[in-house]
Amino acid sequence: MSIAVDRREPPRVSGGAGENGHLEELRIDPIALLTRVRAECGDVGVFRLAGRDVVLLTGSGANEIFFRAPEEILDQAEAYPFMTPVFGEGVVFDAPPERRREMLHNQALRDKFMRGHAATIASEVERMVAGWADEGEIDLLDWFAELTIYTSSACLIGKRFREELDKRFAQLYHDLEQGTDAIAYVDPYAPIESFRRRDAARRGLVSLVEGIMERRAADPTPDDQDRDLLDVLMSITDEDGSPRFSADLITGMFISMMFAGHHTTSGTAAWTLIELLRHPQQLDAVDNELDELGAYGLEVSYQALREMPRLESAIKEALRLHPPLILLLRVAKEDLDVDGFTIRAGQMVGTSPSVSNRIAEDFPDADAFLPERYAPPREEDRSNPWTWIPFGAGRHRCVGAAFAMMQLKAIFSVLLPTWEFELAQPSDTYRNDHSKMVVQLQQPCVVRYRRKPDPVPHGSDTRR
Amino acid sequence: MRVSVDLDLCQGHGVCESEAPTVFQLGKNSTVTILDGSPDEQLRAEVETAVRFCPTSALRINEEE
Repeated sequence: MSIAVDRREPPRVSGGAGENGHLEELRIDPIALLTRVRAECGDVGVFRLAGRDVVLLTGSGANEIFFRAPEEILDQAEAYPFMTPVFGEGVVFDAPPERRREMLHNQALRDKFMRGHAATIASEVERMVAGWADEGEIDLLDWFAELTIYTSSACLIGKRFREELDKRFAQLYHDLEQGTDAIAYVDPYAPIESFRRRDAARRGLVSLVEGIMERRAADPTPDDQDRDLLDVLMSITDEDGSPRFSADLITGMFISMMFAGHHTTSGTAAWTLIELLRHPQQLDAVDNELDELGAYGLEVSYQALREMPRLESAIKEALRLHPPLILLLRVAKEDLDVDGFTIRAGQMVGTSPSVSNRIAEDFPDADAFLPERYAPPREEDRSNPWTWIPFGAGRHRCVGAAFAMMQLKAIFSVLLPTWEFELAQPSDTYRNDHSKMVVQLQQPCVVRYRRKPDPVPHGSDTRR
Repeated sequence: MRVSVDLDLCQGHGVCESEAPTVFQLGKNSTVTILDGSPDEQLRAEVETAVRFCPTSALRINEEE
C-alpha cells in the first residue's frame, strides 16, 4: 500500500533493547531518558514502554497540539493504569473537560470558596507549628505531606472530616502514593512489595473511613452548616432506602479528590523552601515582601495572598525546576500528524514538564533558579503557555492550580515571618526520588527551624 | 475596550465574575458568559483584574482604535 510509504514514522531514541523497552530506564532515571529523547529526536521522538510506543512531544508547537487535542483524539482515561488500584475500581481517574467543568462549578475549587480556604490553610499551618519547640528539625517530606493531608481534607471534604484524621491517615496515604511503580504498565497487580503496601494502605484507609462513618451513623446529624461532603454522601440512598455509596467507594472518591493536590503541593512547598535556602538573597526578598504586606502578625487575607510577586515567582520557579509530574500521558484514539510525523491510533503520546520547562530558547539560563524571570516584562510563564507547563495546559490544565498557588502562599506567609530555616544536609543531597510515577523527595530531607527572635510590629522595617 | 474569552481554555473558576459581575457571568453555566463585550471605561480596573487573575489565562482585552 502506498499510504504506508507516505507516512513518516517519528525517530526512535537509543537504548531500550530489552523485552520491556525503556521501562527499566524510566524506573531509574526518567528525566535522563526524556531529555535524551528530545536531544536525539527533537520535538517528536519515540521510546518503548512495556510493549507500547510512547511518542514524546516537546517544544511549543508539539505541546500545543498535545494540550489542545480533544478527548476523542488523545484520551487520558487509559493512560494511567497505575492509578486504578490506588483509587479502586469504579472511581474514574479523570473525566472529560465538560464534566470536569461541571464538577468544578459545584465544588470547593471555585473562586468564591477560596477566601475561606485561605484562612483554613493558615490555621492548619499554625496547628502544625504549635507543637514545635523553639528550635528543632523536620523532615520536609513527612512534614509537608502531613500538613497537606489536613489542608486538602479540610478544604475539599470538610472540616468535620479533617478533625477525624491524624498522622495515621497521612502515613497510609504515603504508602498509596509509593505504590505507583511504572511496572504497572506491565501488570498493575504485579507481586512486588510496593504494590502489596499500596493495597494494604488502601484497605487501611477504607477501614478508617468506615470507622468515621459508623461513629456518624450513631450520632445525630449536625446542623446543616456543619455538614461536610461525607455527611452528604452518607445521606444519599437508593430507592429501597439502602445507602448508595459504600465505605470503599467513598474512600476511593476521597483518595482521588485529594490525590492531585497532595504530593504535588507537598513537594512544591518543600522545593520552594529548599531553593529559597539555597538562595539567601531570594529568601530576603520574600521575607521583605511579607513584612511590607503586613502578613506578619495579621490574618492572612485573600487579597494579600494574590499580591505577592516575589513569593509567587519563587514558587513558580520551584515548580519549573522541580515539576511534581514529570510525564503526562494520553492514548491516541485516531492517527494524527505532528510536525509531519504520523502518530498512529493505539500509540501512547506524552509530554514532559521536566523537559519542556527547561528548554533554553524559552527559559534563558534554564537550569538556574531565577524568580526574576516572572517579573514584567519577561513573564516567562505567560509568554510560554505551551512550554511553561508545571500545571499542564489547555483543556486538561490542572483545575486546582489557583488553589495550589494560594495554598503555597498561605503556608509560607505563616511560616516565614515567625521561623527561620536552615539546610541540615549538604545542599546537593536534596533530590527527588524518581523510582515511582508519583515523584517525592528522597529521604532524608531534613531542615532545621528556629523561632525568630522578636516579633516586629507590622510596618516596621528594622528587622534586617 | 473589548473583552473576549477562549472557551477552549475557560474552566469556570469564576474569578472574573467575582471581580466584575456586570461583565462576566458564570451563573449555572460551566464556562463564562460575557454579558458586556464592550464594558464602560469606568470598569477598566475590575476588568483588568479579572483578566490578570484568570486561572487559565482565557480572557483577553482588545483595545479599540
